[in-house]
Amino acid sequence: MNKKNSLMQKLCAAPHIVWSVIFIVVPLAMVVYYALTDNNGNFSTVNIERLGDYTTTFLRSIWLGIIATVICLVIAYPLAYIISQSKLRVQSTMVMLIMIPMWMNFLLRTYSWMALLEDSGVINTLLGYIGIGPFKMINTQGAVVLGMVYNFLPFMVLPIYSVMVKLDKNLVEAAQDLGANKINVFSKVIFPSTLSGVVSGITMVFVPSVSTFYISQKLGGGNVVLIGDIIEMQFQVSNNFHFGAALSLVLMILILICMAVMNKFGDPEADEAAGGVIL
Amino acid sequence: MKDNIIIDLKNISIKFGDNQILDNLSMYIRDKEFITLLGPSGCGKTTTLRIIAGFLEPDSGEVIFENKVINGVPPYKRQVNTIFQRYALFPYLNVYENIAFGLRIKKMKEAEIKKTVTEMLELVNLKGFERRNINSLSGGQQQRVAIARAIAVKPRVLLLDEPLGALDLKLRKDMQVELKNIQKRLGITFIYVTHDQEEALSMSDTVVVMDGGVIQQIGTPQDIYNEPKNAFVADFIGESNILDGKMLEDFKCSFSGAEFQCLDKGFGNGESVDVVVRPEDVDIVPPENGILTGVVTSVTFKGVHFEIIVDIGGFKWMIQTTDYEPVGKKIGLYIEPDAIHIMKKSKYSGLYGDYSSFSDELEHLSDIVEEE
Amino acid sequence: MTKMKPASKIYIALVLIFLYLPIFMLMILSFNGSNSTSVMNGVSLKWYVELFRSEATMNALYNTLVLAVTSSLTATVIGTVAAVGIDKMKKGFAKTMITTVTNIPMMNPEIVTGVSLMLLFVFIGSILKINGVLGFWTLFIAHVTFSLPYVILNVLPKLSQVDPNLAQAAQDLGCPPVKAFFKVVFPSILPGIFAGLIMAFTLSLDDFIISYFVSGPKFQTLPIYIFSMTKKRVTPDMYALFTLMFIAILVLLILVNVFQSKGEKKAKKGGARND
Repeated sequence: MNKKNSLMQKLCAAPHIVWSVIFIVVPLAMVVYYALTDNNGNFSTVNIERLGDYTTTFLRSIWLGIIATVICLVIAYPLAYIISQSKLRVQSTMVMLIMIPMWMNFLLRTYSWMALLEDSGVINTLLGYIGIGPFKMINTQGAVVLGMVYNFLPFMVLPIYSVMVKLDKNLVEAAQDLGANKINVFSKVIFPSTLSGVVSGITMVFVPSVSTFYISQKLGGGNVVLIGDIIEMQFQVSNNFHFGAALSLVLMILILICMAVMNKFGDPEADEAAGGVIL
Repeated sequence: MKDNIIIDLKNISIKFGDNQILDNLSMYIRDKEFITLLGPSGCGKTTTLRIIAGFLEPDSGEVIFENKVINGVPPYKRQVNTIFQRYALFPYLNVYENIAFGLRIKKMKEAEIKKTVTEMLELVNLKGFERRNINSLSGGQQQRVAIARAIAVKPRVLLLDEPLGALDLKLRKDMQVELKNIQKRLGITFIYVTHDQEEALSMSDTVVVMDGGVIQQIGTPQDIYNEPKNAFVADFIGESNILDGKMLEDFKCSFSGAEFQCLDKGFGNGESVDVVVRPEDVDIVPPENGILTGVVTSVTFKGVHFEIIVDIGGFKWMIQTTDYEPVGKKIGLYIEPDAIHIMKKSKYSGLYGDYSSFSDELEHLSDIVEEE
Repeated sequence: MTKMKPASKIYIALVLIFLYLPIFMLMILSFNGSNSTSVMNGVSLKWYVELFRSEATMNALYNTLVLAVTSSLTATVIGTVAAVGIDKMKKGFAKTMITTVTNIPMMNPEIVTGVSLMLLFVFIGSILKINGVLGFWTLFIAHVTFSLPYVILNVLPKLSQVDPNLAQAAQDLGCPPVKAFFKVVFPSILPGIFAGLIMAFTLSLDDFIISYFVSGPKFQTLPIYIFSMTKKRVTPDMYALFTLMFIAILVLLILVNVFQSKGEKKAKKGGARND
């Protein structure tokens, strides 16, 4: 009776498993298949060989992604700390204020930056009043990085904040008790305790930054071409699915490698979770 | 005697909002002694500890460490270390690194750190646990790591905040012995906070009984047990029958409608007093030989003895005896002069000491409430 | 909990200005009298009127809502049922495998998820000889797929919090298993299911990248419609829509917040201070 019961419950996962296989595993297999075939469906390494032409694009994407991620981290970490130290009501209001932009259409928000950064845009006009500029801002790498930071900053703030509020105050006291001054407390307790939030924040900013195409199109204006742009072009403009698939495959592998490296840096979350169950 | 004092608290008061947590508290702690702050939850014992550690600043009063006022000195500059209630071990560091934490901050040489950590692990019986993850340890093992971590930095004073509270009874007893041994071996001052009176009596050189932010009594465990200052202390430490009595003259008192010889003097003739008689100090005799007589209303077998509740003129006494007496039997009681202890009346008079509503179950319930 | 230092306040203010500057600019421009994208020329509500007159916009909005409702409900049902199954599984290869595969859409770059689904649909389309396979159903499948991990992620922890004795106690008291599930387990995981549903719904509303690859000209959602506009010039009626959405979200969040803080206050009254 009981065995039958639990078997039934296990079967509950079946629809989801079938769905996942058809719409997650098979599509990824399709990417591999398309990447390794030509238009007639024959095996071919042409697409892979062509990838070499885009090395600089890959490198540029990763470089800008890293810059955007670092800037996000530098802005978000103190912000998350300040929020976590404030009164409860202030905390929830701040979290809300940081989340609201995430819910607004990102195309329009990015588009808005175009108007702000234009040669005769709002910022240059304002700067003009005090006699500086105009600066060339739109269609530069800087503008693209700004767009990435702007769009993905909340993804860095929220995970760091959520581990920071859970930080055990006793650990800070224990460290002070053992002779740690403020700097020691930060480097030896607060930072390692919040590392898991930092790691997930980094992946949540880095992955969409590296693979974006909209931000680079709008704020880079064709001057800053990223790997996402090339992929988008293969599928939506030049209809070269096979080469597009090859690019996607490499992008996916590159990101997987980056994440594996990140996780090497320590993901104590798994252990923490286990500890939570014991306690 | 004065130069023997390591910590001196003078007129410490502190309020949290409208709650007076400590009210003009003064006490001193001798070097190398094992002193226990004992009291129910909310009595201010943990607050006192946190003030000594430097995590809290008193609203008024002085904290003196070896003749120097240390008010305002941050925790990391004080020569005291704390064992936290929930251990507060760093979950992202292994056992070795946890113990080495304070040493690394002191920028000790690696070889020295290794030596000290090894020594500490040996001291707390955790040899071979260096590389273990904190979360893979049992509660008792975590406790040991916390002790090792605190004493690795060689503090003058170790503060222990209910360190055994989270352990089960058997483990707790073992750790009590071990803590006492560690203290003796290292020769450092232990300030221990607990609400468990048995723990306090068995481990301490000095016990400080607190209630409502005020020290009720300071003394050796024997003093506290045998010569409680007031009804609160008498009730909190061990079992007591506390009776309303009168001092007739020196060495003579009356309670429960009878006159008794006692060893106390110095009270006014005819002064109202509280009288304490411990349950194990009452002898059961045939009714005709007893100074008092009463009827047994309940009997509970406790292993080494029976616990008998006796109704004497409406007041329920608790008596511990090795002889079984059936419920309903009329018995006589005899009390030796040295079994009677006289206390001045206090605000606690009349609150404790009657066993009419006593039951084991109720006591357990109150324990549970206290722990939360 | 300490009072904020002035430096902290300034820092927070700067970050918030950075986050809200473009948003407020669009909102101001939505009241523009002329149809310039960056120069204000008189204040008017004409773009709000325009917004409700534009058939294409209303159509896209309608499509978006239909897609979000259907896909989020489907994902919630499949995901909740799956979470029950996954929760019952013993730790091991199968369970790790399932959770890993489930999380792929969450970890993978969205563009790769979009591209991979597009390849699948196009491939199937070419086999079945369907012209223009991309439409509502492909969007629906894509949205369910990327919503599923979020639903499962919200429900699983609630399930593991449920005391297994509860369901057994109910059965012991004569309740058949399925009924016991709905009577005992279901109410305790309901908050998780609800959170998953809300998340799936908002993700679907807002999704552009994946939708962009699996949608066709027959069925356009709002983000795709906006994208096609940003290729040329965005008419300010989009700003009006943006402003209305901002207000809706703000009201919704404030309501949720008020309810939550009320609940917290109630919970607080129960607890007492400790030594």
